[in-house]
Amino acid sequence: MLEAVVFWSLSTVAVAAGIAVFVVDSMARATYALAVSFVAVGLALLLVELDYVGLVTVLMMVMEMAVMAVYMIMFMGMNPALMPMSMVHGHRTAIVAGVGSFVLLAAGALLVPWPQRRSQPAPDATVALGDALMGSKMLVMMTVSPVMLATIIAGVTLASARTRYDRLGDDLDRRTPDDPQRGGVGR
Amino acid sequence: MTLESLLVVASALFGVGLYGALSQQVVVMVMMGLELMLNGVILAAAACWWFLAPDPTGQVLLLVVIAAMTVEMAMGFAVAIVLNRHAGTDMTDMAAELSR
Repeated sequence: MLEAVVFWSLSTVAVAAGIAVFVVDSMARATYALAVSFVAVGLALLLVELDYVGLVTVLMMVMEMAVMAVYMIMFMGMNPALMPMSMVHGHRTAIVAGVGSFVLLAAGALLVPWPQRRSQPAPDATVALGDALMGSKMLVMMTVSPVMLATIIAGVTLASARTRYDRLGDDLDRRTPDDPQRGGVGR
Repeated sequence: MTLESLLVVASALFGVGLYGALSQQVVVMVMMGLELMLNGVILAAAACWWFLAPDPTGQVLLLVVIAAMTVEMAMGFAVAIVLNRHAGTDMTDMAAELSR
């Protein structure tokens, strides 16, 4: 009973906060609403004994939303909370697509004859996950790791305002770097 | 709490996210819509893991989804920074040349 109350409360919060993301005027409030939605889903994961994944979701998303808030302060040229305006396009199509996908997926969830659970969960799901990652599923982590590294390199490369190619030329053969202001010893 | 109820909630999150990803003009808001869709995917995968086959393979799949979410966010921010630097905008409508 208590589990059902907690689950439906978290579900309501998750969906309501998700809707609020696109309803509130301020993008800062939208960020907070998305963080609340993720925290609610992360806590819901704890109900199905996904302790590690649930906590990772909560911690990661709270940090991600903090980054997003900083990003908005950096780049938003105006404050929509002070001068509300419509920032949407294709509104009707988007509503039809959103509602249609919900109806289709929910109908599938309710109408499909789901099979019975085929095995019992491990006594400690986190230990079982650790064993799998260090054993039979190690290839997954070995694949994810270089993808993460590539993401870091690509992100920094794209976000850098001036790289060594801007300073030293396409062939990196310029003797003195082309800097807006000379620096270093003897300037 | 049943498999069906969890999947319905996940469907709702996915639907809201899809609406946001299609309707929003600001790049960051589009990314928020994608994040909400992946939020629903995480919940649905967790539900299937618990109610159908609670072995470690499902948890590994969840970690891969979370990693994909991280990559999407990082690259989305990087592209948005480039867009802002070169076109001075953060709106998708003003970056239509990216589709060509």
